[in-house]
Parts: sequence; C-alpha cells; structure tokens
Amino acid sequence: MSGRGRPGTDRLVAAAFALTVLGAVFFAAVYVLGNRTQLLGLALFLAFAGLAAGFAVWAGRLLPQGPYVEEREAMISPPEARRVFASELDRDQEPVVRAALPRRMLMLALGTLAVAFLFPIRSLLFSGPTPWRALGRTAWRDGVRIVDAEGRPLRPSDIARGGIVTVFPEGRVKDDHAMTVLVRVDPARLALPGGRGAWTVDGVVAYSKICTHAGCPVALYVQTAEQLVCPCHQSVFDVLKGAPPVAGPAARPLPQLPIGVDAEGMLVARGDFPAPVGPGYWRTT
Amino acid sequence: MITRWAVRRMLWWLDGRLRIASVARKALAKVFPDHWTFMLGEIALYAFVSLVATGVFLTLFFEPSPAETVYTGVYGPLRGARASAAYTSTVALSWDVRAGLLMRQTHHWSALVFLSAIVAHLSRIFLTAAFRKPREPNWLIGLTMFLLGIATGFAGYSVPDDLLSGTGLRIASATLLSVPVAGPWAGFLLFGGEFPGTSIIPRLYILHVLLLPGAIAALIGAHLAILVRQKHSHFPGPGRNQDNVVGSKMWPTYAFRSLALLCAVFAVTFGLGGLVQINPVWVWGPFRPSAATSPAQPDWFLAWVEGALRLFPPVEFRVFGYLVPAPFLPGVVMPGLTFLVLYLWPWLDRRISGGRGRHQVLDRPRDSPARVAVWSWAVAFYGLLLLASSDDVVARYFEIPVFGIVRTMRAVVLVVPVLVAIVAYALAKALRADPGATLLDLRWRQVAAAFRRRRPEARAERPAASGGEEAGA
Repeated sequence: MSGRGRPGTDRLVAAAFALTVLGAVFFAAVYVLGNRTQLLGLALFLAFAGLAAGFAVWAGRLLPQGPYVEEREAMISPPEARRVFASELDRDQEPVVRAALPRRMLMLALGTLAVAFLFPIRSLLFSGPTPWRALGRTAWRDGVRIVDAEGRPLRPSDIARGGIVTVFPEGRVKDDHAMTVLVRVDPARLALPGGRGAWTVDGVVAYSKICTHAGCPVALYVQTAEQLVCPCHQSVFDVLKGAPPVAGPAARPLPQLPIGVDAEGMLVARGDFPAPVGPGYWRTT
Repeated sequence: MITRWAVRRMLWWLDGRLRIASVARKALAKVFPDHWTFMLGEIALYAFVSLVATGVFLTLFFEPSPAETVYTGVYGPLRGARASAAYTSTVALSWDVRAGLLMRQTHHWSALVFLSAIVAHLSRIFLTAAFRKPREPNWLIGLTMFLLGIATGFAGYSVPDDLLSGTGLRIASATLLSVPVAGPWAGFLLFGGEFPGTSIIPRLYILHVLLLPGAIAALIGAHLAILVRQKHSHFPGPGRNQDNVVGSKMWPTYAFRSLALLCAVFAVTFGLGGLVQINPVWVWGPFRPSAATSPAQPDWFLAWVEGALRLFPPVEFRVFGYLVPAPFLPGVVMPGLTFLVLYLWPWLDRRISGGRGRHQVLDRPRDSPARVAVWSWAVAFYGLLLLASSDDVVARYFEIPVFGIVRTMRAVVLVVPVLVAIVAYALAKALRADPGATLLDLRWRQVAAAFRRRRPEARAERPAASGGEEAGA
C-alpha cells in the first residue's frame, strides 16, 4: 500500500496538519497580544490535536498494516554459552580469589567505608536540639506572657465568650510548636480532670493548638457544642472536659497549658504543657 | 526530499564511524503488538516528556527559598503581602510571567496523567499476567517508577509553600514521626529540625527537579532497554506463539502511530493546562503555621493514604512502653504492605497459578478469575479510600454529618471490595467458560453456572495456548 491514488486521505492528513499551523499561529498571536491562559491552552490543544489526527490517519490509512511476524529467541542462553561464560568468570586455571584473607579484608574495608559515609547524614540536622529533646517540650515557661499572633499581650477580658484566640509565648510568635488556643467558656460548666481547674483564668482555658493525630492546627471551634475541631481529619476535642478526643482519628487529648495573670493583669503561662504536644512519636511518656 | 538527503548523509556519516546499518535495520523492523492496551505505558512516557518540558520552563522562574519577600506583581489581592520567596515566585510565575500559568497548570495536569497512565498500565500488566517470567525485572522497575512518581508529585506540589501544601507537609511530617524507633530522627533529618523549619523547601526542590526525576529517567531507560531485549509479549491468537511476536513494524507504521499518541497526550495536557484550573495557590494563600485550609485534599495519587488516615479508628498502643501513634498503621503500614504485595506479586502469583515457565503469550483476564478478583478488590478498596479523603466535601455538599460518613465508610471499605471481588470472580469464571463472549453477552444462568462448575472445559485448552516453555535454571 502507498499514499498514491488516495487523494482523499492525503487531503485529510494535510487538513489535520493545517490545523496545527493555525494553532501555532494562534498561539503566537495570543502570546504577543497578552497573557490569556485559556486561549494559549486552546491554541496548543488545537496544534497538537492536529498533529495527532494527522499522524493517526497517516499511520492507519497510508502505511502498511501487517500483521508482521518477528521471531524471538528464548530469554536464556544455551547451556554451552553459560559454561563458557562461567569458566571465563572463574578463571579456572588462575583463580581470581586464591586466599580468603585479602577477600575478607576487602569486605571489611568496604563495609567500614560505607559506615563512615553514613555519618555525614547527621549534618542534615545542622542546628537546633535533637528530636526527643525538641519534641518533648515547648517554649512555654512559668511567667512567660501570652501574646496573640501580632505579638500583643492579652488580658483575660480580651478573650470574647465563644471565640478562640491563637496565642504564642512572648517574642516567639512564629513558634509552631508552642502554638496554643485560648477559649472562654462558662467557668461553672468546666469539668477539668485532676484539679486542673486552677490552670484557668475566669473560664479562659488554654490548649495546645496542634492536633495530637497528624499535627494540623485545631483551628475550628464549634461554640454550641464547645468543641475544638481539626479541619484536616475531623478529630473533635471536648473543651469543657480537658480536651479529650470525642470523635475522629485522634487518640490523645490536646495538652492543657496552665495559665494565670501577672501583677499587671496580663495573661501568663504557669509552666510548660504537662505532656508532649502534637502528633505522637516513639516515647515512653 | 531535502530532509531525506540530510538524514541519509547523517546516517552514512555515523555508519562510517559506528557501523550501525544492521543494528538500525533491526530496530526499524521491531514488531509491536497492535492491541491498544500496549500503549498505556507509552502515555505515561509521553506525559513524562510533557512534565520535563514544562518543568524546565518553571525552574527558570521558581525560587525555592523560605526567605521572606514582598509580592509586587499584578495579582491585586496579594500585592504588598509578605510571604516566602517560594510562594511569591509561584504567584509571580502564574500571574506575571506570560504563558507561565499555562506551563504550571500543564505541568500539574501532566503529573496526574502520568500517574494515572502508570496505574492503567500496571492494571493491564497485572490482569494479563505480563509480570511473569521473564518480565519480573520490568515489573520491579515499573513499580519503583510508580513509587518515585508519587514521591516526585508530592515534592512538586509541596514546594510552592502555600497553605494547602503546608498542611500536606504537616501530615507527612506527623506520619514520618509515627514510625517506631527511627521516626523522630527521620523526620528531623528530612526537615532539618522541627516542623516546619527553613530547610524543607530547598530540599524538596532538589528532590523534585533533580534526584527523583533523574532516577525515573534512568529507570525509563532500563525499562525500555529490557523491553527491546525481551521483545513484547502478545495476546493469544492464530499464528501467535511462544517463539514469535505479531503486530506492526516500528518503521513506519508504529512510529507514526506512536507520534500520534505523543501529540494526543500533549493536546490533552496543554488543553487541560489552559482550560481547567488546578491548584490556584493564590487562593489558598501563603503557609502560616496557625492556619489550615478546609477542605484540604491531596492529589489523587496520595488521597488513598489520606482517606485511610481519616477512616482509621483512634488506635494508639505501646510497645515496651513506647508509644506507637495513630498515623502509623494507616499512614505507614497500609501503604507499605500495598507496595510489598505488589513487589512480591510475580512470586505470589506463581504460587497460586503454579506457572513457573517463561511466558511470551499473555493470559486473557478471564483466564484467571482469582487475579481478576484481586484486582477488582484493589480498585474498589483504594477507590473507596480515595473517596473517603473527601468525606468533609461530601458532608458539606450533601449536608450530612461527617461523622456518620466516617462510621459508614469504615464498614464500606471493608465489605464492598469483597463483594466486588466475588462478583468479578463470578463474571470472569463465566466468561472463561465461553471464550468468545464479552461481558455484555453474559446471561445470569452462565454466571450462576460459574459457581457450580469446578473446572470448565475451556481451562483444558489453556496450556496449549499460553503454557510456558520448560523452565530454565
């Protein structure tokens, strides 16, 4: 088969490639006239669709269709070839390995060298504390002032009923790990476990804002149910009862930050969180 | 004619130095099977070409730096905003660089097409048992490219430092932390310290533009070299056997067909890139530690892990007093097992089907109802997990409580895939009994009979059609 004597098909292929010419010119024109993403995409779509159609028709109607048969060899060498290869590899007359000592020492040498090259991996953590030290504590200390994301210190009265405020230790407003939420609830309804009632100020209670499941900020507050909700995997924490998980995939409560007020009436921390914040890791505490 | 003359001159010039005429002739005469499913892998290859082409363009404008900058471009809502250079340069290359958004969106769409084509190709290989000896090496290489592709995709959509990608990195960090013993060190070494740190963007960038795609490119080379060496497998049919391959020749027919496919893939990726918005980072805003986007879904190739994280019950336990946190089982063990089973499949399949010989003639899917059942289970299971990753979107759209969806889906992902597998098994068995039939020809009677008949007559013919040659050492 050949293309001769098939003017209809030839014209069809030519028309498809003509579409590419139009698309290419269209693309260049759109580019020169302005930055219209949709038109640029449409132009390239037409250009490549033209090429695709042209090639497809060319392949399907103007070129030999077969079927052709190609013989194949078994993907395994004949036994003789294997034998000859093995003998070359083993150097039967003059073996490569004559004694065990050099071979063993070579293994040891390569092994120790490989281990030596594992050490620079430690450089990837070039600053800051080691994992268990960093994960186990935050920047909150007794007396550290509580500030909002703009760095302003807060009074208990700044926390509106039903609202939540994201706070940080003073001077560390970018400290992800210490991120905390303040929630104001009715003090009479608080039922915090183990004498933690003293960790609050006038119904303002503070929890780590990092979800104990996968570390997302627990950024949603459902005022009617007094629950904090993580937007990532929908873990729900009960604010009144010390933030235990009540639904979703989280398995541990949000750690509560003990808070109080200083001499000027500003909110301060009364220590660090009693448990590591955020997602779990290999630890005994 | 000038092209023809130039090509000849070039070839003779090379042949006068490398003696390539006979090798080149053999290459031109290579026979490719004609079935359309043999082109799925090619779609992935051409999507990779599209990824590299658009990606190179993006590297010229993207700045992988966490340093704070001020956006001063044409996108009004963000003008004057302070954010990382990674974020502002992404916004700038989308809004201020002419054709930049087209390239960026085409790049993202190409990644989705790339991984979708890989999964489709993997499905074809799986259902036709093309992974059997002698093709285990290409099965292993292909799976590795799949994994590297997922990693590259994740690194790619994480580098713009927008709020959505920051949320994804957070979850990735927590998942890494959850690994027993080594997790905290692994997480800290990757991030250069505590999340988020300042090292992760440049590190993901070098992974995304050099190490991972370089590895993929090298493996593509190996994948194709092995394919050429072994020649294609083919479906059973008249005149097709263990010692030949039947189809079209590389030159000219297959080359033109393949060029058509290349251009069609480009038409689709550029068409989508121009016309369908994807990952508008200027809408998400820059990453801030205290905020998260909602709803937040990863790209589909990781959404199955996200779905598992959402559905898995709040289970944490202790080993020797050490905490094993909630994300470990759904986020590490489940994906790990998935790929472990995939990697071992050629050997697991051999135990089930008993075929140890070399196979050049493929099974039809119906030849092994068990394999069809396993594949159908997997499609249903991972598809439902993928759906579960959007449970908050579903809840919002249909106005039903998300916790009801979670409880329902926990049961659904366990039960439905098994039912799907049973149905698929019955259908495949019924089809096996009637080799000429298609799914639409099946009658209820035949499906019911498939359960009663233990060894259909059709099975007796199989060894002649696709049985292996005797196994070598």
